[in-house]
Amino acid sequence: MNFTFTEENIKRIEQEIKKYPEKKPAVMATLYIGQEQNGFISNEVITETAKILEITPEEVLGVVTFYTMFYQKQMGKYHIQVCTNVSCMLRGGYEIWDQVKDKLGIDHLGITEDHQFSLEEVECMGSCGTAPMIAVNEDYYENLNKEKVEEILTSLRNAK
Amino acid sequence: MEKIVLPDIENLHLIDVYEKHSGFAAAKKAFSQSPDDIIDQVKKSGLRGRGGAAFSAGLKWSFMPKTTDKPKYLCVNGDESEPGSFKDRQIFESNPHQLIEGILICCYAIGAKTAYLYMRGEYHKWIKLMQKALDDAYAKGYIGEKMKETFGTDFYCDIYIHKGAGAYICGEESALMNSLEGKRGYPRVKPPFPAQNGLWGNPTTINNVETLANVPKIIEKGWEWFAAIGEPKHPGTILFGVSGHVNEPGIYELPSGTLLTDIIYNYAGGVPGNKNILCVIPGGSSMPPLRGDQLEGVKMDAESLKTVGSAIGTGGIIVMDENTDLVKVLARIAHFYHHESCGQCTPCREGTGWMEKVLQRILRGEGSISDIDLLISIANNIEGNTICALGEAAAWPVRYMVTRFRDYFEARVSKEINLPIANKVHSMRNTAVPLADITK
Repeated sequence: MNFTFTEENIKRIEQEIKKYPEKKPAVMATLYIGQEQNGFISNEVITETAKILEITPEEVLGVVTFYTMFYQKQMGKYHIQVCTNVSCMLRGGYEIWDQVKDKLGIDHLGITEDHQFSLEEVECMGSCGTAPMIAVNEDYYENLNKEKVEEILTSLRNAK
Repeated sequence: MEKIVLPDIENLHLIDVYEKHSGFAAAKKAFSQSPDDIIDQVKKSGLRGRGGAAFSAGLKWSFMPKTTDKPKYLCVNGDESEPGSFKDRQIFESNPHQLIEGILICCYAIGAKTAYLYMRGEYHKWIKLMQKALDDAYAKGYIGEKMKETFGTDFYCDIYIHKGAGAYICGEESALMNSLEGKRGYPRVKPPFPAQNGLWGNPTTINNVETLANVPKIIEKGWEWFAAIGEPKHPGTILFGVSGHVNEPGIYELPSGTLLTDIIYNYAGGVPGNKNILCVIPGGSSMPPLRGDQLEGVKMDAESLKTVGSAIGTGGIIVMDENTDLVKVLARIAHFYHHESCGQCTPCREGTGWMEKVLQRILRGEGSISDIDLLISIANNIEGNTICALGEAAAWPVRYMVTRFRDYFEARVSKEINLPIANKVHSMRNTAVPLADITK
């Protein structure tokens, strides 16, 4: 599978590189852009990133595996992240985790067969004051209860 | 009570509104004085870091070398990942320009031309809001080369956002710098300290978002004004984030030294169902928890909390009512630190996993009395034996929770010591028992 950054994305990467005195610090931003374009971080994304930033693919891979927000497989169209850390847990985070798990029929880092949904148990997302919460891709849904979660999942399912 | 960081002004996040409320006047005032004067004022104000260590901000700035050919940097720590902490996001959302102004003043004081605002990757929305605020401030000439015209000074600096990608450890200052340099977020051995050897080997200061957001008001209203707010040894207001079993969780900006019970009952609306409090973690999940019967008279500031055996941390107060399963809570905390250990130091990498496993065993009802001491032993072996403070962050909650709630934990384990088979073999290895006897 070939992968090259689109011209527009190359421009975005160049903008990111400008922030720093050298190219390497733009690796996280470049990986985000690669993940956005390709859907996940493939080996080809890693090689291309390394080429653009003039570092080794191993250095890039080291970064990819260190951070939880870079995915090396294609996640679902809707990536559901449920926080079960203390503040959420005290307000029903695990009930919501179980509910989403049952509803989607997948576990931590699982993907539904139709690739619509994937699930991740995440660590504190900074929503302690509005717990419990889930995040769908980049959006936070807070102050949840079972009914609201049901509503979110149903509307996402219908939106496909 | 006047609020410093999150005042009740509508639409303050808009640059026009911020300008109307004496916005960027503090920066202008600062640029008319010498950098040393600014550092001196911040030092005298008593402003202490709001990121957890509560170190004097002015003193930190003064560590930056005055004569050097190297470029200097400011890193703003907005990685906010400590469970129970959610204050910085309110600043990004409600008062981003005061943060920007604080960054400008700090850059001027320490002589930095570039500031990086490291924001946690999950904060997509707040990164966008902050970027918008930066763009607006750039357009109006408050940041970048145009500052020379706007403020009529020779000084200018740039501010960039660096987006993290979901690693708690990057909130540790040296890990943050490694992450910013495009590496794995491994903490560095100190010394050398960042002021000597920081980003790309250059002098660097790292401050928390909330710390810097306080600076403009200190310059504007004078250090005497700031130093008179709250507790003299830890002055100013603190953004207390209350979560868990309270009726109205949220961020409350209150003077330091406010009573913990006052925050829980008067501001956060008390405990649902008027239940008793079993346990409170006063400063984010890594800080030593307090017993519910220990709370009376506890003041929320660094020094007062030290005297009751805890710490202010990030001011994230987690309240647990009498029906809470503390073993489950502690197992969850242990899981978090196990998950977030970067893996560099053996005591932390392995110890956090052991603590989690032992706690899971107790949670399953298979724990024995020796497990309690085992937990304390593991915690003692992690603490002080790691490069960064994640070791302490993982060890403290376990050690203090188990010690302070010993009766609670003892009630959850069997009194008999049932060593697993593997341990039996291990203990026999130290004796003169021949290998053949062990395998029988």
